[in-house]
Amino acid sequence: MSDVSNAAALALNLVLSGDPGLWRIVTLSIAVSFSAVVIAALIGFPVGAALALGRFPGRATLVVIFNASMGLPPVVVGLAVYLLLSRSGPLGSFGILFTPKAMVIAQAILVFPIVAALSRQVIEDLWAEYSEQLRSLGSGRAASIGTLLWDGRFSLMTVLLAGFGRAAAEVGAIMIVGGNIDGFTRTMTTAIALETSKGDLPLALALGMILLVLVITVNAGAWGVRRVGQRLADA
Amino acid sequence: MRAPSTSLPLKLDRVGYAAGSVEILKDVSLTLPSGPPTIVLGPNGAGKSVLLRLCHGLLTPTTGNIRAGNLPVSTEQTALVFQRPVMLRRTALANVTYALSRLSSQERKTRAAELLARVGLPHLAKRPARRLSGGEQQRVALARAWARDPEILFLDEPTASLDPAATHAVEDIVREIAASGVKIVMATHDLGQARRLARDIVFLNRGRVVEHTPSEQFFTTPASPEAAKFLRGELLA
Repeated sequence: MSDVSNAAALALNLVLSGDPGLWRIVTLSIAVSFSAVVIAALIGFPVGAALALGRFPGRATLVVIFNASMGLPPVVVGLAVYLLLSRSGPLGSFGILFTPKAMVIAQAILVFPIVAALSRQVIEDLWAEYSEQLRSLGSGRAASIGTLLWDGRFSLMTVLLAGFGRAAAEVGAIMIVGGNIDGFTRTMTTAIALETSKGDLPLALALGMILLVLVITVNAGAWGVRRVGQRLADA
Repeated sequence: MRAPSTSLPLKLDRVGYAAGSVEILKDVSLTLPSGPPTIVLGPNGAGKSVLLRLCHGLLTPTTGNIRAGNLPVSTEQTALVFQRPVMLRRTALANVTYALSRLSSQERKTRAAELLARVGLPHLAKRPARRLSGGEQQRVALARAWARDPEILFLDEPTASLDPAATHAVEDIVREIAASGVKIVMATHDLGQARRLARDIVFLNRGRVVEHTPSEQFFTTPASPEAAKFLRGELLA
């Protein structure tokens, strides 16, 4: 027990003293997961909207595949990206294995199906309610997608939070493609895994605390925005 | 006053509509000229809503055809107010500006504010539309449909779920829109409302037009036994 409380005290000290190594890890984690969510959203929202409004052969299959892909095991995605980016792989010439770019790619692949599948559901439900009214108001299909994305913005924000949660919490994929290199590709989750196995509990605990606080802060902020936004414009 | 309409008369030529194997409208032929409101009367399930959706261009007839003036019907020249209009998740004002896509953003705001004032809701412009009462939402829907600058405005039982005061407000707005030169075609099963607003009555029963007569004649000496029964409040077979 005293081990844990000692570790907690040391952890607090690390956080409060603004240890540069610690902050490098924290900022890299945020930058990687945030970039991955942005990329996943840029591709995932249009794909979700297309799946929601489109009527084409194979649509049902795609919906099932995206839904199933929300549970992609991070280590498997990590392995696949590793094989793609390794020197002998098809994208090896880019030379980005064991860099933050590779980590962003791996996390974007993990987050993309979550954004696509959940936004497909949100937009499809909204479309069922809106389609006749929007057609009556002379809004074409393409313009309707913009309307649906905007009117579904609060639900879609929750979709982004789910994606961010997935990215911020995963360790398997970025461990494999990033390599957990100190000062370069070490993130909170990979460092926690490493430090715990080395027995350096204070650093692991400090990072764990920061990670929790970060995730809670992001979610609280989003919740606040949603509340204020709904009061101003929504029902 | 607006320029002479090109969408009128609205002509339905032996129009039928079937959803799967269920025939909803059969052999409907009608000519609706410009002028005061036409009211579509009939019991629930008579096909009133489908008739309006066909005329508005939301549905395509299975048989026959509909012409507005000499053109096919379209949602560009006509507007429709639904029984339960869908309010976008935006302010009342933004719901109206949405329908004004053809104008610049400043013109849209000015025009939308004007229309909200004409339906008596200038004070609610900034309120989320979905938080408004049913009657207020229906008035926003009227402003939104009016914003489309239609030649024909269809209304599908717009007061069916409103209280008498809200119904009165909606009827006043409908009269004002009609007075501005827009042809009103409104479905209702409220006989009092039909009496108050109609110049002519289209009486629908079981997917067929039973009669199309001037209002006074319909209420005093209906031509068909079905209409007479409906007016007496009896169930129609």
